[in-house]
Amino acid sequence: MKTDLKTNIKAVIARAYVRVVAANREPSWWLTETLLPVLSTAAYVYVYKALKAPEEYTGFVILGGTMSAYWVMVLWSMAAQFYWEKEMGNLDLYMIAPISRMSILLGMASGGVLLTTTRAFAIFLAGSLIFKVSFSIISFPKLLAVFILTLVGLYGLGMLFSSLFLLYGREAWHGVTLLQEPVHLLSGFFFPVRSLGFGVALGASLIPLTLGLDAMRQLAFKTGAKSGFINVNLEIIALVILCILFLVLSKYAWDFMERLGKKEGRLSLRWQ
Amino acid sequence: MNYAVETFDLNRTFKLKKEKKEKNKNENSKVIALENVNLKIHEGELFGLLGPNGAGKTTLIKILSTLLLPTSGTALVDGIDVVKYPEEVRKRINMVTGGEHCGYGILNVRETLWMFSQLYGIPNKKANEKIGELLKILDMEKFAKTKIGKLSTGMRQKLNVMRGFVCDPKIIFLDEPTLGLDVQVSRDVRKYVKTWLAEDPERTVLLTTHYMAEADELCDRLAVIDQGKVLVCDSPQNLKKSLTKDAIFHIEVNLTLNGMEKFGEIPGVKKFAYEHKSHIGRTFLKFILEDESAISHVTESISDNGSKIVSLSKVEPSLEDVFVALVGRGLQDEN
Repeated sequence: MKTDLKTNIKAVIARAYVRVVAANREPSWWLTETLLPVLSTAAYVYVYKALKAPEEYTGFVILGGTMSAYWVMVLWSMAAQFYWEKEMGNLDLYMIAPISRMSILLGMASGGVLLTTTRAFAIFLAGSLIFKVSFSIISFPKLLAVFILTLVGLYGLGMLFSSLFLLYGREAWHGVTLLQEPVHLLSGFFFPVRSLGFGVALGASLIPLTLGLDAMRQLAFKTGAKSGFINVNLEIIALVILCILFLVLSKYAWDFMERLGKKEGRLSLRWQ
Repeated sequence: MNYAVETFDLNRTFKLKKEKKEKNKNENSKVIALENVNLKIHEGELFGLLGPNGAGKTTLIKILSTLLLPTSGTALVDGIDVVKYPEEVRKRINMVTGGEHCGYGILNVRETLWMFSQLYGIPNKKANEKIGELLKILDMEKFAKTKIGKLSTGMRQKLNVMRGFVCDPKIIFLDEPTLGLDVQVSRDVRKYVKTWLAEDPERTVLLTTHYMAEADELCDRLAVIDQGKVLVCDSPQNLKKSLTKDAIFHIEVNLTLNGMEKFGEIPGVKKFAYEHKSHIGRTFLKFILEDESAISHVTESISDNGSKIVSLSKVEPSLEDVFVALVGRGLQDEN
């Protein structure tokens, strides 16, 4: 058991290493991952400024833009990554190694966090400085807890989606594309999710980002609670439940999809 | 006697996809990839699976390496059931496939090998020593810091081989490991496989190939497999011996696309196979005859067919001839 754990930790580090090295060896990535997202976030800020919206909306947008970096990362660098792994022939090699598949996913996630956090931090810093956002943090520990829970929930969701790529290639790819933009709307990346109405916001709360963003806005801005969806403490409890749910579900989904893939011969036999 | 691999009535069928089903409405909607395969591979053995493309070799390897479930039957690797305890099997195996593109182009050779060694929990110091040793043996030291995206096909395949051996598995599956490689690189790979096996009597290699010379040179025993069935299993020497009573002739004629089928009906012809090589304008014929005297009927028939004999030679039995004798066609023929 001890040996197994050690092997799995080594696998996490090894897979994370690829992401870290990739980020450092492709300097152009830093530009595309920082400057360009700042520009798209700025566009929303100017929309609110043009409409003379309340000042805190600028902060809401900056926070939404910051968190969108993690959503894009989870979709394309985690969920869809197995499409590429299968295409490159690495999936076979991961599947025959004496490790948990979760180690590979965790390695991808932890390695990717560095790049994504850089992107998120760039949006946050540039946005805050350029547009002079004034934060008024109500509870830093709660804010940190919400941030971490949102990330864990999000990565759990990414792991769940990634299991689809064991069997489906292009089909799952289209699914990921379809998810990207609607979630920007449903999770209220650039506006308070309460505006969607209680029913829609409640449904959208299945995506950890919805509650996470809403809670962070309530905790980071003086008037945030006014436009909040539900009480922050309730949101924290819901996030904990979502984290457990997605992590457990992803484990079962992986076991199920792996068995189905092995049964149908769709894990690696491309000719069929 | 310990067996590294045992299979009992192993079967694997694949369902055809919808589009393929519609195309082949009158044909069976299932493809039989393996049919009642029974094999026993001894510990310490270099065992070969010889067969044409689509014979079922890769399917068998995928089942043994826990990537695919059998439709029925049992497969044991190091005495462990691959279906019931895949995690235990994975601790004992590794696999190398010809033409695979493992790893990430952004990493260099050494980093790639290190990354894959970590999936097997090898301590860093031991992994680095092993990587250094492999780089030296396979003459890849000067490419250690080259990004793998910049490697040639041959170098890339050497990397694949090193990747397979970096964790020193108890049993390694080599699926066409020298596919598309030049003579020198193939020789290096074969030499390393033999050396590695000789180092520890508990190690076992299962090699699939459709290169006869490779099978002949490397394998202690081999099984000839075609259309999912194991036709024969013995040492290369014994397999060739089985044809010593026959007369084997290789005939080269100008490119002849028609009238081939009737050559098999010539009196005295036991088995016959041919291969067209359009790019050089030649057709190569292989005849297994009951005795030498039948060759006159053969040459007559070739002339009657309008073909011109370029060369004719009586040869010692090779594994290719064994295959022809067993299935009535050459290993290169797809159909």
